[in-house]
Formats: sequence, structure tokens, C-alpha cells
Amino acid sequence: MDLKKYAPFIILGLLALLPLTGISTYMLHVLIIVIMWSVIGMAWNLLGGYCGQVSFGHAAFFGMGAYTAGLLYEKLGMSAWWGLPISVPVVTVFALVMGFIFLRLRGPFFALGTLAMGVILRITAENLTGFTGGDLGIMIRERTWVDKTWYFYIILILAAVTYYVIKKVVESKLGYYFVAIREDQDAAESLGIDTTLYKTIALCLSAVITGLAGAFYMNYMGYIDPKVVFALHDISVVTIMVVMVGGVATFSGPIIGALIMVLLAEVIRSIPKLGMAHHTFFGILLIVIIIFLPNGIAGDWPKLKKIFAKGKTA
Amino acid sequence: MTAMLEVKGVSRFFGGLAAVNDVSFHVNKGEILALIGPNGAGKTTLFNVVDGFYPPSRGEVLFKGQLISNRKPHQICKLGIARTFQVVKPLQRMSVLDNVIASAFLRSKNKSEAQDIAVETMKFTDLYDDKDVISKSLPLGKRKRLEIARALATRPEMLLLDESFAGLNHAELNVSIEIIRKIKEKGITIMIIEHHMKVIMAISDRIVVLSYGEKLAEGTPAEIRENPAVIEAYLGEAQNA
Amino acid sequence: MTSPQLEVLLQTIIAGLLLGGLYALIGIGMTLIMGVMKIINLAHGELMMVAMYIAYVLYSSFHIDPYLSVFLAAPVLFLLGVLLQKYLITPVLRVDAIIPENQVILTVGIGMVLSNVAAIIFSSDYRSTPVDYSTKAWYLTDIWKGSPIELSLSMPWSVSFVFAVLITVALWFFLAKTDLGKSIRATAQDKDAATLMGVNVGFMRIVSFGLGSSLVGAAGCLFIPIYYLYPDLGGQFTLIAFVITILGGLGSTVGAIVGGLILGVFESLTATYIGMGWAPVGRFVIFVLALIFIPGGILSLFKRRR
Repeated sequence: MDLKKYAPFIILGLLALLPLTGISTYMLHVLIIVIMWSVIGMAWNLLGGYCGQVSFGHAAFFGMGAYTAGLLYEKLGMSAWWGLPISVPVVTVFALVMGFIFLRLRGPFFALGTLAMGVILRITAENLTGFTGGDLGIMIRERTWVDKTWYFYIILILAAVTYYVIKKVVESKLGYYFVAIREDQDAAESLGIDTTLYKTIALCLSAVITGLAGAFYMNYMGYIDPKVVFALHDISVVTIMVVMVGGVATFSGPIIGALIMVLLAEVIRSIPKLGMAHHTFFGILLIVIIIFLPNGIAGDWPKLKKIFAKGKTA
Repeated sequence: MTAMLEVKGVSRFFGGLAAVNDVSFHVNKGEILALIGPNGAGKTTLFNVVDGFYPPSRGEVLFKGQLISNRKPHQICKLGIARTFQVVKPLQRMSVLDNVIASAFLRSKNKSEAQDIAVETMKFTDLYDDKDVISKSLPLGKRKRLEIARALATRPEMLLLDESFAGLNHAELNVSIEIIRKIKEKGITIMIIEHHMKVIMAISDRIVVLSYGEKLAEGTPAEIRENPAVIEAYLGEAQNA
Repeated sequence: MTSPQLEVLLQTIIAGLLLGGLYALIGIGMTLIMGVMKIINLAHGELMMVAMYIAYVLYSSFHIDPYLSVFLAAPVLFLLGVLLQKYLITPVLRVDAIIPENQVILTVGIGMVLSNVAAIIFSSDYRSTPVDYSTKAWYLTDIWKGSPIELSLSMPWSVSFVFAVLITVALWFFLAKTDLGKSIRATAQDKDAATLMGVNVGFMRIVSFGLGSSLVGAAGCLFIPIYYLYPDLGGQFTLIAFVITILGGLGSTVGAIVGGLILGVFESLTATYIGMGWAPVGRFVIFVLALIFIPGGILSLFKRRR
């Protein structure tokens, strides 16, 4: 019992020590990407898993965070790191507008609205060539660090803070209200819950965290373009997969999911002939998960344990 | 006695059909008012108008003298009217306790306070033994009671109960009637929709009869029992059945 | 307005209407699936892409005209739709999941697999079927010598449009006059009532998904003489199908036709007057506006309000 309570701290501590062990640059890079996806997954999970508002457009927030960082550097000559704090108000305003338009729609229509939003932003970024550089994207010519260690610590801190904030939120009144809205909107309204307000709060929180991950991505990768950061399949859908594979409405789910998805992507890409087929693998994985483990590995853990127990006795 | 709730000339149309047509009545503070009528008489629609799910097409609803018919359900709940649903709407994947905590947050500053209210309410409604059950696996009788518990946890001044007795067995029925009596003793005003005539006659102070969306009669249980129009429209139907 | 400006405007509207006719066919397929199954099919455009590759292979390997390939591609797509519905979507509808939209996510997965498999087989290159009539057109001045303005009507566009109209009429006949069609409409209107009346709802769902797929497949064959083909083309057509269904009001066939025509004209106008790249943005602006202001679809505006 105690172990479970302290597990997040132990994992955080072990991760923090990792760069001191002389881990290879490649491994560190993979870890950074895993942690970044955990952050995005946790953010999506708050809105989709807990509040039940499925977004197909988290790339919109991710890209917006990334472009905020990139444009601060490109247009104002500031450090792209300013993108982290400044993306917060930018993404919040955007999420408020989006919430105002789409949160009145229930269920699948919200999903469609968010999907459209992601595509609109991509096309806008592609076409506003004077402002965003269009398809050429934005490149940071002088990187802060050559070594990846500091990037690792920054994303680790962001992930730890995200984990803590989401845990606190979910265990508070907000969390109860989010789940109530997910389970039955009419019932929630009749219990005195302002469903529009709380859905907006969930959306803003989720969007801001995703935007922060996007701003980090700009700094870390040093290059973005609209097709990369506003990607429907490679960002929005992968975000959903991270949560669905790992575990919907669980704390550890997005982290497990991020680990599996990123490692899988790395493995598939490293095999020359299979690299091209990575969407096929992802798609099949998604289908299998939805049919057999609809609540993900962490969410359907009891079911999984039963299957394995059966396998042993047989 | 002062009127807790006033329904003034309320009509509600759906695509030209009047589900509720020019209905007026009031509910006194502390009483149990029953709303009866044959199926499709507009009882649930009237509930939905009172608690804000549908705005009235005409007329207005006042709660403690304050106009509420232009407000949203969550605002009306905050003002002190709670309701149950005829088709129960438990928060399925939450435990019974969490269901009640979710509604108790309305009047509490923090989680422990909400938890206290929830535990108290669950003991009051005789659900405490089931507190850890996931509510979708609860039997219907208890789900109906969970609706009541959840409504009570918002600390209402007035409670709207929509067929909270339908489908209950004899033992469950007695438990629920006892709970309604206890709620009344607490000074909470109750408006109830019910088909179970014995229950209605036993617990209600006054009765409003609806038929085809219109008010047919209003009075004490004894008066309603004697009313020829009601006997023809409703009781007669029940006796034939 | 000077006459060259008028010419551009009219030409743009004509092009938009022709495009809209094809869009309508895509939208009808979507609306049929949505109406009967109450699900959103995010693989709709990918199904169209599959049909286009079928037409492409038939043309490049066997020199079969794309318009003739409708008769092969539509049945194949029907079968594909039936299989998807029976073995993937139906099982998921029975699964109890926290996220209510898991069937929508499922169709995303299906779409990803289809477009990726196409990319593996055919590579990501742009393909087309260079039919010899692709640049043929009829001109207004050929018919009316003294016409003050010049307008043209592209031949493949017009033929595709006529095909689309014929298929739509055939579908209307099927839905309105045949027993199977009536059962499908009954299922769309009220599943429970249909069940009570002895309609096999499960079967109707499978047929509707097949039918919706074959309609979008037919649209694909009509598009290929006038369009480029590449594996990722599906996504944008899925979105187009949605915009049309939202515009037309969910589950309404007539609405899908009206929605398709409006969208076609609007996109054509955006492309001419703002710029090619902005046409998709115009599409979404319409989508968002429709969602906010006319949630019941365009047709709801013409219904009497009481």
C-alpha cells in the first residue's frame, strides 16, 4: 500500500538520477520524447478521460504552443524559452474561444469540432506565409544546449508538475464535477453543476498543458512546420492512442501509454522495410485496444490479470 | 403559510402540441404536493419546466417570490430546488458514495465537508451499507433511493420527486415512504409525481390532477377522491385496468 | 460589373455546382451511415480513396474507363463496408468503455490502416487517369455565336455530375420504393419501433454501411478523371462529408444534396477570389458557422417555426 503511494516519487527520483549514469544520447532522446508524450497524454486524459469530452484536435494546442515559442524567437528575437510562459495566456484565450463555440455541442460533435479546429490551424499556418513562414516552418539557429541533459530535466519537471496538478484537480471538487459531467450531463446539471463552465475549465487546463509541451518541443527540436505540429494522425490521434493504450481516466495510464507508443514507434521506424507501415501498426493497435481493452492497460488491468491467470492454469 | 413555489399560467409546446397548457398552482412551504394524472398528462414536462430543463413557452415559475423560469437547471438547484429523474440517472461508473459527494460539493467548502454531508445523507436514506458499490450495479430500488439521496445532498429547500416509488417491491416501498416522511419533518417542501394511488393518498397534503396537459382539479386527498371529473379521467381508468 | 468579371463569377459558380454535385454524393453516403447507425464514420474519405485506386488500377492495367469502373468499385466497396461493419464496428458498439466516442476513434484507426496500406502498395506519388477527354469542354459561343460572355463546361466534370445525379435518383428510388429501402428508413427514424415491426435492425445497419461505402466509392470513380489521387487524400474528403452532413442537417438526404451544392459553390468562390490554399479554410468557416447558428441544418431554416 505504502509502496503505491510513494511510487511516483520513487520513479521521479530514479529518472532524475538517470543522466548521471552515462546513458546514451539516443536513449536520453527517446526518454525525453516519452516524457513529453506523457504530458500531452495526461492533458488529454483530463478532458477526455475524466470529463468525457473527446478531442480530436489536441494538435491545435500543441502547435499553438510550438508556434508561440517559435514566433517569439523569429519575430521578436526573444529566446524561444519565453514560449513556455507566454503560451499559457495565448493558448488559454484560444481554448476559451474554442470552448465557447464547441462545448455547446455534445458527444461526437465536440470531437468533430476539435478535429476541424486542428485542420484549420494547420492550413492557416501553411497559408500565412508572411507571419509563420508557411511550409518552410521555423528553425532556431542557435540551440541553447548541445547536450540533452537539461532538456531532459526541464521536461521531467514539467511532467512532474503536470502529474501533481492533475492528481490534485481530479481528487478535488473539480474532478468530481468532471466525472459527473462525463457520466450524465443532465444529472450533473440537476445537481447544481454548471456543466458549460466546468467543461470550459477542463478544456483550458488540458489545452494549456498541451501548449506547454508544444513550446518545449520547439525548443528541443529546434525546428517546426505546420505539417509536423498540427498533424492530425501523428499528434492528435497519437495523443488519443497514448491514453487509450495506457488507460483512460487513470493517473498512470498516459505514462504507460506514452512509453509503449514511443518505443513502438522507435522500433518500427528502425526496421527499414516496416518503417513505412507504422501507421498501419498504430491503426491495428488502436482497433485491437478499442475492441479488447477499451479502457487501456491500466484501466482494464483487472481484466488483463484474469486473462493471464487463466493462461497459467491452462 | 407562504407559497414556496408558484406556477403561473405555464404552457409548454413541442412542435405545436401542448404538453402542458396554461397550468397554474402553488406549493406551500413545508407541504407535500402530489402531481397526478394519466400517462402523457404532462407531469414530467412540468417538472422539467420548473427545474429549468425546458423554458416555458408561456407563463412563469416563481420560487420564494423570485422568477426562476428564465434560469438554467444548475442555477435553480443552487437556489434550493433539487430533483430526481423518473428514468434514474446515476453517475454509473462512480461509487454510491462518490455520487452523493459529487452533489454535496454544492454546499460545502472542501472535500471533507462534502464527505460528511454525503455520509449523513446516505445514513438518512438507508444507503450507507452500499456506499462502496459502483452505482451501475445497484438494484433499481436502491437506484431510486440514490436519486433521492443525491438530491438531498444539495441541501434543498424544495424537492421534486419524479416517480420515486415506481417499480419498488413492498418492503422497499415502506422504506421509501418512511424516508419521504422524514424529509417532510426536516421542513423540506416536496412536490411529487406518482402513480401509486395508495402512497399518494397516504402521504400528500394536497393533490393537483393533470389531464392532457391541463389542470383538472386541485384539493386535499379526500376532495380529490370525491371529485367526479377526476374519477372519470383518472381513477376510473385505474380501476378499469 | 464588367463582363470579364461577370464571366469569372459565373464560371466559378458553374464549377462550384459541378463540384457540389459530387460532394453531395459523398455526403449522402455519410448521412445514410450516420442516420441509420448513429455513428460517425471518420474513414469515409479513405473508403473513397480505396475506390479511386481500384479505378486507377483498372485504367492503368486494363484500360477500363474510370466511369465504367463504378460498376466494379461500388460493389467492392459495398463488400468492404459490410465487412467493416460486421467484424469491427458491431463488436465495438457492444463494448462498455469509459470514452463514449470509441466507435468514432475506431473508424479513425480503420482510416489510418487503409491510407497507409495504399501508401505501401502504390507509394505516395500523385496518380491520375489521363483519359483523352480530360481537357475537352463545351463553350457557350459554340452554341450561341452572339453571346456577350464566354462560358465553358468541362466535359469530364459534366459527365461526372450527370453520373452523380443518376446515382442519387437511383438511391432515392431504392429508399422510397423498395421494401429494403423502407426498412432502412424505418431503422433510421426509430430503431426500437422498427424492431417491433419486425425489421432486422442489425441487418439494416450492415446494409446501410455497405450502401454508404459504395456511394462514396462511386463518388471516388467520378472524381478520378478530374482529380489527382494520393494515399492521404481521404482525410480531407471525410471532413468534406462532415461539413455537408452538418450543413444539410443530420440524416437528411435532401439536406446532403443542398449542403453539397452550397459547399461546392462556396469553395469554388473562395478558391477564385481568395486563393487556392484557402479553400479548405472556407470549408471550415462554413462548418463552424453551421454548427453554431443552424444546428438543425440548412433545411431547418425553411421549415415553419411554431
